[in-house]
Parts: sequence; structure tokens; C-alpha cells
Amino acid sequence: MGEIMRLLMDPLQHAFMVRGLIAAVVAGGLCALVGTYVVLRGMAFFGDALAHSILPGLALGYLLGGGSREALFWWGLGAAILAALGIGALSRGQRLKEDTAIGVLFAGAMALGVVLISTTRSYAVDLTDLLFGNVLGVGERDLIRLGIFAGIVAAAIVLFYKEFLVISFDPVLAVTLRLPTRLFENLLLILIAVTVVVALQTVGVALMVAMLVTPAATAYLLTHRMPAMMVLSVLLAGFSAVVGLYASYYVGIASGAAIVLTATVLFLIIRGIVEIRS
Amino acid sequence: MALTKWWRKVTLREREAGHAPGEPLLEVLRVSMHYNGVVALEEISFTVEPGERIAVVGPNGAGKSTLLKIIAGVLTPTAGSVRIYGHGPQGHLCIAYIPQRNQVDWNFPLTVAYVVLMGGVGMMGLLRHPSARDWEAVRQALERVDMLDLADRPIRALSGGQQQRMFIARALAQEAELLLMDEPFTGLDLPAQEGILELLEGLRRQGVTVLVATHDLEQAAAYFDRVLLLNRRLVAFGIPEQVFTPEALRTAYGGHLRLVQIGDELIVVGDTCCEGG
Repeated sequence: MGEIMRLLMDPLQHAFMVRGLIAAVVAGGLCALVGTYVVLRGMAFFGDALAHSILPGLALGYLLGGGSREALFWWGLGAAILAALGIGALSRGQRLKEDTAIGVLFAGAMALGVVLISTTRSYAVDLTDLLFGNVLGVGERDLIRLGIFAGIVAAAIVLFYKEFLVISFDPVLAVTLRLPTRLFENLLLILIAVTVVVALQTVGVALMVAMLVTPAATAYLLTHRMPAMMVLSVLLAGFSAVVGLYASYYVGIASGAAIVLTATVLFLIIRGIVEIRS
Repeated sequence: MALTKWWRKVTLREREAGHAPGEPLLEVLRVSMHYNGVVALEEISFTVEPGERIAVVGPNGAGKSTLLKIIAGVLTPTAGSVRIYGHGPQGHLCIAYIPQRNQVDWNFPLTVAYVVLMGGVGMMGLLRHPSARDWEAVRQALERVDMLDLADRPIRALSGGQQQRMFIARALAQEAELLLMDEPFTGLDLPAQEGILELLEGLRRQGVTVLVATHDLEQAAAYFDRVLLLNRRLVAFGIPEQVFTPEALRTAYGGHLRLVQIGDELIVVGDTCCEGG
């Protein structure tokens, strides 16, 4: 027992681990909450594309902000909201199939981001941080910013709970109830965009989609009630964040990837159990 | 709360003014719908009085769904207009549209009660969570369709007939005066179909007007006050005896309907369509 306590407490001696844990749990939980809608509305590809499309914004923030994370955040946020609304508008067009149009744009945006970053000298290191996150590098100001934005997004999800449910489950009903459907749809896209930027330091651009869909997909297998799905999704994400970070501390592996792998393993186990029981 | 008040004003404004006295419940005026150069509906005009039950029949691709969606205000017609009590459909909260069952994601993690509650979301206002009164309305609506015992059931566990009855309960919670149903009988067994028809009869007594898109001509003739025969154009509209003439049916269905003339009797042997439309 004492040994287990020691294993659990030891990493908390380091301030960077404590900050990293808080950041990973809050960001992971937020992704999981918003992710319930990503899963239910079938927007996984949108989430993936969105995360990748903000790379040029991040690169610009990086080049112009001289490496300040503050600048990185705001540039990332601007790029994310633009990308979210842009992709949203694109998906309402009719000429090309939606996923084709998104695919073209997001790969292009990502290439532009890589080109921009490659003009700097420490290219490889910086790119790795943006792509895969660096949760152990989270500072106090980062944490405060994360807390504020996570609070805003979570509050919006709770306050507009019934509206988001109606537009997601039955958009035609939303119209006959004369809800401003387009407004709520765009609001949801913006909330997803903010979430992606806020969570960026945890897992980075490349693994973001896993934070959005994996815990929510696991929760979806476990319950047929929306509130329960949201709570379970957040709990699963928090658990994955903690396990992933400890694994990263003791085994010396990349933290973001460890978190995502934990969530994935949880999904596979529960998927297996559900399969066997039915 | 100021925001909630503003919200109610925005969403309810036109509804309060929406029922001009003396106007017909529904007036469709020279409505046409073109999608990318393809004609879905051409110059449709008709009028419906309160409490009527109308069957909208026609072959696949006749524009039945499109017509219902235009009346609901979900689609905007290329030309022409729809008036509900003298105002456009966008101003009304009293129109309920029940989708075809295969258009619904039945795996969505919702209970029957919550889906019915959704009918009241338009009147609830922003930032307000459902109150005891809203849930009481849900309870009453479920009682009227005889599904109170299934209130907490996940929607994925419902039978086809129960799915339709849940949506009717949602329309009741919405306090709908005009109910639009898209192919509600498709895929239901006979007892389930009869259950729905009985509910519609009950709705008529409460003054709810019902427009049902269906491909079952026999049912249309037996259970509905008037029949609207559609094939992009309005072929005929009236009581079943007037609408189901050999000429009208041939015009609407062409080769897709097999008609057999035996003496004075016209017998429909079968139509080749089954779903969609």
C-alpha cells in the first residue's frame, strides 16, 4: 500500500508534473464533453481537419510572437474559428462531396503550416511540440487561460443543452420550432474550435481527434442517455489523462501519445466486453 | 432574465400575430420547386380547412416529401407561397413535421420522454431548463398516445409503431395544429397502422389538421377526408371517390400502377413503389 502511495505521490513533487496533470485532465475532460456532439453528429473528420487546419495560424503566431505561448494561443484561436466556420460553410456547398472538399483544404493548410515553421532554425523541435503537444511544458499562465476558456465552453454546452440536442438529433424539428438553427450550428463549431486550441498543448494537432472522439465513443457504448454519456466521457478522459501522464513519467514515453493510447485501450476493452455480452 | 424575455419575443412574435381570423388553415398558392434545374413540384395550389385529414398520394419522386417540407417552412419554394392562417409558415410554431422513420438516428442516446420534451423547446425560451410544468406536458402527451409506461425507454428500443406514436406525442407537446407526417405507415404491421389511424381520428376531434404522405391508396381512400393526388403537378384533389378515377390514376402513375377494369369497377392491382418519394 505504502509502495503504491509512493508511486502515485512521487511525480507530484515536481511542479511541472502537477501543472501537466491539471492541464491534461481539464483539457481532456473538455474535449470529451464537446466530443459527445462530435461523435453523435458524425464530425470526427471535421474535428481532425479543424485541428490540422490551424497549423498555419500557429506557425504565424510562432514566427511573429517570438516563441511566446500567449501569441501562439491567440493566433491558434483565430485560425481555428476561421477554419471551423470555413469548413462549416464548405460542408453546406453542393458541388463537391463534403469530405473531399475538407480533405483538400486541410492537407493544404497543414502543408502551409509546415512550410512556415521550416523557415525557423529549431524547426524539428518546434514542429514536434505543435504536432504532438508538450503537456509537461505548461506554465501557470497557460493553466489560467485553459481554466477560463474551458469554463466558458463548458458553460455554453450546459446552458444551450436542449438547443444543441435538438439541432443535432432533428434539424428539421429545430426549423419548425423556429430556433435559429444556423446560429446554434455555428456556435457549436466555434466551441469545438476553442476546445481544440485550448487542448493543443496536451496532445498537439496530430492526435487531437482522438481526444475529441475516443472517450465519447467509449461512453456511447456504455449508456443510452445523453447526460450519462457526457459525464462518462469526461470521466474516461480524465482517467486516461492521469494514467497516460504517470506512464509517461515512469516509462519515459511521450505524454500526449501515452494519454491517447490509454484512451484507445479503454475503448477497445469496453468494446470487447460489450461485444461479448450481446 | 432579460435574455430569456428577448428570446421569447424573437421566437414567438409572429406566432402571436399569426392566426388571422377567417383565413383558411392552410393555403398553398402556385408553389413550384426546382432543384438544380430538375422540377420537383410545379404550380401546386390547394386549400385545407381546420380539422381535415388529407392523404397526399403519388408515385416515388412525386414530390410528396418536398411538399410537406415546404408547408412546414423547412424548404423555401422556388416560386409561390404557403399561408397558414394567412401568414407564412416561418411565423408559426404550431406546425409539426414527423419525419420518415429511416431519416432518424435511432441510436441517439435519448429517452422517449426527452424526445417528446423537445416539442416544447421552441416555447421554453433560451437558457431555461425544463420545468415541472414542461415535464407534466410531456406526461400528458405520452398518456394520450398510450406510451406513458415507455417514458424512460431509450428510443433505440422502440418498435416502429411506438416510434410513430412518440413523434405524435411530440407534436402534441408542441401544441401543433397542423400535423405533417411523411410515410408514417411504411414498414409498420397492420395493428400498428390501425393504432396510428385511431390516434389521428382522436386528433381530428381536437381540431388538429393532418396531412399524411402515403403510398397506400386503399388506406388513403378508407380513412381520409380528402386525397391529394400528386405527381410533380397536382393531378386531383377531393374526396377519394372523385380523385381515384382511371384517368387521374393513369396520369399520376403512368405505367407504375397496374389498373384492371372489370365492368364498371376499377381495380388497382399494385404499384411498384414502396418507399421514399
